[in-house]
Parts: sequence; structure tokens; C-alpha cells
Amino acid sequence: MIRLALALVAFLLLAGPAFAISDPSEALPNPQQEARAVAIGRQLRCLVCQNESIEDSGADLARDLRHIVRQQVAEGKTNRQVIDWLVARYGNFVRLRPPFEPSTYLLWGSPVLALAAGAGVAFFARRSRPTAPPPLSAAEQQRLRQILDT
Amino acid sequence: MIPELGHFALALGVALGFAQAIIPLWGAHRRDIRLMQAAPALALGQFFAIAASFACLAWSNVVSDFSVLNVAENSNSLEPLVYKITGTWGNHEGSILFWCLILTLCGAAVAAFGGNLPSSLRARVIGVLGLAGVGFQLFCLLASDPFVRLWPPPVDGRDLNPLLQDPGLAMHPPILYTGYVGFAVPFAFAVAALLEGRIDAAWGRWVRPWTLAAWCFLTGGIALGSWWAYYELGWGGFWFWDPVENASLLPWLTGTALLHSALVVEKREALKVWTVLLAIGTFSFSLSGTFLVRSGILNSVHAFANDPARGVFILALLGLVIGGSLLLFALRAPMLSATGIFAPVSREGALVLNNILLCSITAVVTTGTMYPLFAELLLGEKLSVGAPFFNATVFPLAVPLFAAMSVGPVLSWKRADLGAALMKLWWAALVAAVVALVMATRARLLPDLAMAASAWLILGAFADIAERTRLFRIPLAASGRRLIGLSRSSFGTVIAHAGLGVTVAGIAAMSLASSSIVLLKPGQVAHVGGYDWQLADLHDVAGPNYMARAATIRVSRAGSLVTILAPERRNFPVQQITTTEAKISTNGLRDLYAVLGDERDGGAVLRLHVNPLAPWIWFGALIMAIGGAISLADRRLRVGAPTRKPVGAVAA
Amino acid sequence: MNRRILLMVPFAGVLVAGAGFLAMLEREQEGTFDPRAVPSQIINKPVPPFDLPGSPGFSSTDLRGRPIVVNFFASWCIPCVEEAPVLMALKAQGVPIYGIAYKDKPDATAAFLARNGDPYERLARDEPGRVAIDWGVYGVPETYLIDPQGIVRWRHVGPLTQDAVTAGLQPLLRRYA
Repeated sequence: MIRLALALVAFLLLAGPAFAISDPSEALPNPQQEARAVAIGRQLRCLVCQNESIEDSGADLARDLRHIVRQQVAEGKTNRQVIDWLVARYGNFVRLRPPFEPSTYLLWGSPVLALAAGAGVAFFARRSRPTAPPPLSAAEQQRLRQILDT
Repeated sequence: MIPELGHFALALGVALGFAQAIIPLWGAHRRDIRLMQAAPALALGQFFAIAASFACLAWSNVVSDFSVLNVAENSNSLEPLVYKITGTWGNHEGSILFWCLILTLCGAAVAAFGGNLPSSLRARVIGVLGLAGVGFQLFCLLASDPFVRLWPPPVDGRDLNPLLQDPGLAMHPPILYTGYVGFAVPFAFAVAALLEGRIDAAWGRWVRPWTLAAWCFLTGGIALGSWWAYYELGWGGFWFWDPVENASLLPWLTGTALLHSALVVEKREALKVWTVLLAIGTFSFSLSGTFLVRSGILNSVHAFANDPARGVFILALLGLVIGGSLLLFALRAPMLSATGIFAPVSREGALVLNNILLCSITAVVTTGTMYPLFAELLLGEKLSVGAPFFNATVFPLAVPLFAAMSVGPVLSWKRADLGAALMKLWWAALVAAVVALVMATRARLLPDLAMAASAWLILGAFADIAERTRLFRIPLAASGRRLIGLSRSSFGTVIAHAGLGVTVAGIAAMSLASSSIVLLKPGQVAHVGGYDWQLADLHDVAGPNYMARAATIRVSRAGSLVTILAPERRNFPVQQITTTEAKISTNGLRDLYAVLGDERDGGAVLRLHVNPLAPWIWFGALIMAIGGAISLADRRLRVGAPTRKPVGAVAA
Repeated sequence: MNRRILLMVPFAGVLVAGAGFLAMLEREQEGTFDPRAVPSQIINKPVPPFDLPGSPGFSSTDLRGRPIVVNFFASWCIPCVEEAPVLMALKAQGVPIYGIAYKDKPDATAAFLARNGDPYERLARDEPGRVAIDWGVYGVPETYLIDPQGIVRWRHVGPLTQDAVTAGLQPLLRRYA
């Protein structure tokens, strides 16, 4: 029952103009401000069509959020302030770029950790590999030649 | 009648699958030659049974038999025939049956083409394939039966999701699944080797063609999915780091690492443990991808069949296959001893670096994809990890990988002189530096580096060929003779590496794309990306199962007409869905891209893009797949295993 | 020895991951794990200040003195039709319900209420949808419980079901009565 209900909600939320593209009249007149608004929008998740940013999504809510972002950019708010405003209302879930805080240290640290682990394993494995015998000295090479020539 | 036959064939397949799983493995364990030789026949039999079952399902779709629930839910009588056929795999049950089909096809392929393998290895490989297969067939039969009947049958079906009624997306699942499932063969080789207790150079050679084949398909499947997203979804994006996309990338990354790692096993009998782990890991990622998409756990536009109950079944299946093989790995891997030695700076060393970097990228993508799920489970925190994270973390790992990719092939085996190798690439480095400088004025740092990397990769590939043919160091004719005599593997390598360079160039160039959203009335012109776009008219179009609104756009440059684009918005009445059909005109070097949006005030909202080098993204993937296919054709991969002449067989 | 431990790591990792996935699946079936749900940021916080027009309309200062249910809905919202009987039943029990019509035209709202029953003591309209964004609403219908001090105590996303009322709403209504 709950699943059916959720499916219905999902249908409702998706039944909007999910494939409408945005409107030219939305763009801010100042190109730098518009570019900043787009950059912020790319970092924000559309809560309806959840795997798109609000810049790409055609949902009504995405359009509303785009308006809000542009309004705040035109008012001079910093990127941080705009994102914080939205996080206050929708939580960290609205950020496509996760914050850097104790709960995400492992996430952001994963490239370094992975490299270190890989290098560590490779190093470890090398240590336990049979090593090549040291090269022969001149006297030993002489002896070898004698043996081979007989 | 036909659906019942299909159902019976599926059940028969399960029975044969059990036989295929048990008999050859038992035979190999007891060294009973007759039991081992039953393997190919069982594999072929199982394949025919599942193929028959799949054919019955496809037939039900083609004749629009709505008494079959699966057909009623996913097809429609007005649908074009080709989509009736491709819709067979465009839903959960059908796609699981398709998985089973490819898995049994792999078993049959090993039966048919594995004549060069020693019989115990072949028996074990087929047995392991049977084990993996029977699990999925049971899942299909018991929890995802496509042959369930619906009585009374509805007058017409619910229609296939309009997004899937498209040539690209119709072919994307079969090619992708063949890639995913194809990695079951190297997996089976790895498990067989662990059961046998040894891996030798010959194993490295035998596993390579199967890995290459799966890799080619997976590359093609992923590229096709990305290309579809680009031309269908309407905003020119082609990769979203969506969890399901990541799930397809993971086996590709480890599969590439596997391909290269197997080389070292063959040449040096080293990296055995690593290679076996990669083989198990790649198929494990394939399986996990299947689970995640169908379980409802992943938050993705792709995810279908959100059914936790089915999810538990698949999880159990996965636990057995993946957990079982990794446990076997933990217990038996110590028996695999390395014998070859090599210096850190050598081709083997470069391949180890390649492994480390690819696996690090894999770890990062896995972490990013799984983090939100585990953060919610363990910390109760709701996070999301999207494209900005992946772009920021994967690129720094990819850069050293690209750098090493051109150096590796010119290093010699066992012990190499890095300085001398770099000298062979001096001209590639020079061109890359020039490209970086030129791009610096037109693009940001990341795309700039990526373009330079692309030049480095493509020219590095040429440098590899130049090195092998001793170009300019011996008479040209002699170089020519060497070129012709080069093994297909060498050609394949060079072509595949260059292909990656082409793809990277395409991706980097997207940062130079121009796009604009405009409201035009018929007759008006917009100027985007150096082209003039004129909306000629807006009109209605009727399709077989849709009604559409279309715009005619004339694109010109410097006064002369370049092309005419006609993007549409299609409305499918049965499913009540509207889709946009973007129209793209490409000349191989740039894409002109138009999307039709809402109509207002007598005009229409249009989204117009000029994407330089965009086609290279998928063209490069095609080149990579071709390179893989050429490598596959190398004669050396068909060398058989030496067999003892049966003593006393002559005695009559 | 070290080598053996290292070789066990993949297996151990998969076991841990598998346990995690099993937990996720079980909770998904229970309904406590939903990767698509967006948790509310205003639970246990004061109602975001607002003042909406309507018939008669209301503002955040009116949500005081007794526990009040606030329901965001729209005439174009299909699940809202589904939850109408549940809301009417709540009204019959004497629970005050205030409605906010989200992005809806007044005559469409009136027609909807005439068709499906009007459970609302007061009705406001949020045509631009900005107040809903302040509440963290991301779709309709959504239902909230405000306590007598004007603190948000409970939220339900999707159509209100009798189960949700019995298990979630009623205990809180009793607690804050």
C-alpha cells in the first residue's frame, strides 16, 4: 500500500512537464551573474527528478529554485549563502557536491586512501617476491665461461 | 501454447543448468574424463533450452499476445514491429531472461571454441558458468517469470515506455548485457584456476580473448547508453555519474585492469593473485550492478522494478556467487606463486601502475556511489553525491593514468630505461605542450589538460608503432615490412589507446560548446555558436503511436545553408508521456543540436547547441572497441594447449 | 601470515557490504529506508514565518494555541483525491486542519473542494509556491502537525493514509492536546 502510494506520488511529481526546457526569460541580464547562477545551479539536486541538477531539470520545483538562485545572485549573495539558504530548507541532500565535514572525510579522502592502499599492496608484494641473484663477479663469470666451453 | 512452451523450456534450462554445474566439476575433481567431456554437450543443451524460451517470449511480443502479463504490461498493438521485438528485453522479467540467455551463450561459446583448453580446465570453466547461470535461471523461474498469464487478457497493452522506443536505447541493453555477462567467462577461468590450484602463463593467454570480447561489448554498451542520453534527453549532457551509470563503469574499469594484468601473467607469470582478484571482481561488479538497479535501493532514473522482495533473492544469489568465490580466493590464492621478476621501471611496472590507478578510480567511484546509502543506514544522514564530486576526484587520478598510457608500451619488458623511453616520445610531448598552450587562452584548466592528454595519447600510440617499425632508423621499405608483419595484438593496442585519446578530446571539447535558450517566432533568427538559426515553421506530425509537434529550423553559416533540423515533442496517448526528440546534425567534427520546448505567444522556446568534437566521444569508444576486436583476431590467441599423445591408442 | 590476512580483506568487505544491503532492503520493506525521501529540516523547529491570502487565509502567527494539522494540496494533484476521505474523517473527529493550496487557481481549488469535500477550517493559497519552499515542501500532498507553541512536530509526505494517522498523527495529537 505504501509502495503504491509512493508510486502515485512519484507519478504525480514526474507527470509535470518533465521534458520542458527552461525559458529564455529566466536568464539574468548580466552574463557574469547568469554564469554564476548556472554554476550554483549545477551543484544543486532537483528534488523531483532527483538525478538531475536544477539547471537541467524541467520540473516546476526546479524552475522555482532556479528563480530563487538567480534572485539571490542578483541581490549580491555569495555562492555559499545561496547554497546555505537551500540547505536550511532541504538539507544536505540538495547538494550534489557533498560538504567537506567529519561525516564525509572518508568520501573526499577516498582517492588518496585508494592510491595509498594500492601502492602499499604493490610494495608489500614486491618485498615478498623472490629476488634476483646478485650479478656475477668477474672471477665467477670466468668460471662460468670455462664450464660452458667444456 | 507458446508461452507454456517457453515456460517449460526455462524449467528445462534450469534442470540442465544444475547438471552443467555439478557434473563437470565433479568430473574434474575426480579426474573422470567422461564426466568432464559431458560439459560441452550440457552447455550447448542448456543454451538451446534458454534460447527457445527467449524465442517464445519474443514471439509472444511480436504477435501481441496480451494474455501474457509481461506483454500486456510492456507492449501495445500499435507499436512498430521492431520495438515489439526489442521490448522483449526492455522490462525487468524480459531482461533477466536475456541475462540468462547470454550467460548460457557464454557457456556454449566455451564449449564450441574452447577446444584448445585442457579438458579439466574447460570442464571447470563450464561448470562454474553453470553454477552462476542456474542461480539466475532459478530467480527468473521463481521470482521473475515472464510467462505468467493474465486472464481475461486486456484488449490492448500498456505500451513500452516511449523513451525505449528508440533505436539507440533498443540496442543498448543487449550489447551492454553481453559485456556484463561476458565477464562471467574470465570469472569462471579464475575460479577454475583457484579450484585447480595453479595458474601458469598459458592461463594468461587463454583468458585473454574472452576478456577482450566482453570488454569490447561493454565499451560499446556504455558508449551507446551515453550517446542515447545525449541525443534523447535534450540538454546535451552525456554522463551524469548517475548510480546506475557508475554501476556500469565499475566493471569496465576493473575489466580494463584485468585485460592488462593478464598480459603480465602471460609474460612473466607474475601478478597472478591480482589478476585472479580482478577477474572475480569484474564479474562481481556486473552482478552487483544488476542487483542495485532492481532492488529499489539506488536512487536513479534508470532503476526499474523497485521491489525489495526480489532484491533479497538477488542479494542471496550474489552472496553465494561473490562471497563464495572470494572465500575460495582467500583460501586458495596463497597457492599461486609468482615466479617472474621484473624491475619497477619496466613494462610490467607500468602495468602495475596502470592497475593501481584504475583500481583507485574504481574505489573512488564505488565509494561515491555507495556513500549516500551507507551514510543514511549508519549515520542517519541524508547526503547526496553527484557529478561535482566525481569530476573533482576522478580527474586527478585519470591524469597520471593518461600520462603513463603512452609511456608503458614503449618501455621494454623486465627492465627498461625510462630516459630512453621518454626520448622516443619527445615529439608527442611537444605537440601536447603546444595544444595545452593554445587551449589555455580558450578554456579552463581541466579541459585544457584533458586536450593535451588526448594529444599525448593519440601521438603516443603513433610513437608506439614508430618504435616497433623502427621508423626513420632503418630504410622505409624495411619499416614497411615490419609494419605488415606486426601482430594484430600490437595494432589492437595502438588503436585502442588512440581511441581513448579521441574520446578524451571529445569530452574536453564539450567545455567549448556554445548553447542558448531562445524564444523565436516563425521567421526569426538566433545567432548561436557562429551559426544562424532560423525557425521556419511549426507544424503537427502523426506517428504510429504518437502525435507530435515539430519545428523546422534552417541553420546557415555566412549566408549558405548548412542543414535543416526538425526537432519534435511527441505525445504518447497510451502511457500519457511526452518526450522530446532533439535533432542533431553532425559532420564528424561538430554537432548542431536543437530541442523544441514550450510554445508561447505564437513562437516556440528552442534550446540550441553547437558542440565541437562531440561525435568524437562515441567515435573514440567505437575505435576502442575496434582495437579490442583486432586484438581478438590475433592468431597467437588461438594456440592450443599441448596434449599428451594417448599411449597405446594404436593397439587394436 | 600478513599475506593471508590481506587476502581475506575482499571477502570480509563483501560480507560487510552484504549485511548493509540486507539491512537496507529490510528497512525499505518496512518503510524506514527510502533513498528518494527528502527529510524535513523544520521538525522540532518553529514554523517558518509567512502570511498567505485566501479564504480567509492565515499566517504563521495563527498556528498557535492548539495542535493544528497543515495540509499542502492542489486541485491538479491526484493523490490529494486519495487522501480526501482521511482528512474528512479527521475533521469529523474535531481535528483542526488548515489547508494551503499550492500553485493553484482559486476557482480550481474551490471546484476540487466541492467535489471531494472541504476538511479545512481555514484555507490559504500559495500560488507562487514560495512559502512551500520555505517549509521544505517538494511535492504535494504533504501534511504537517504544528503544536500549540507553533513548533513543527510531524510531517507526512504523500497522501495521508489511515495507518499514518493512527501510528503517527494520533499519538502526537494526544501528546500536544
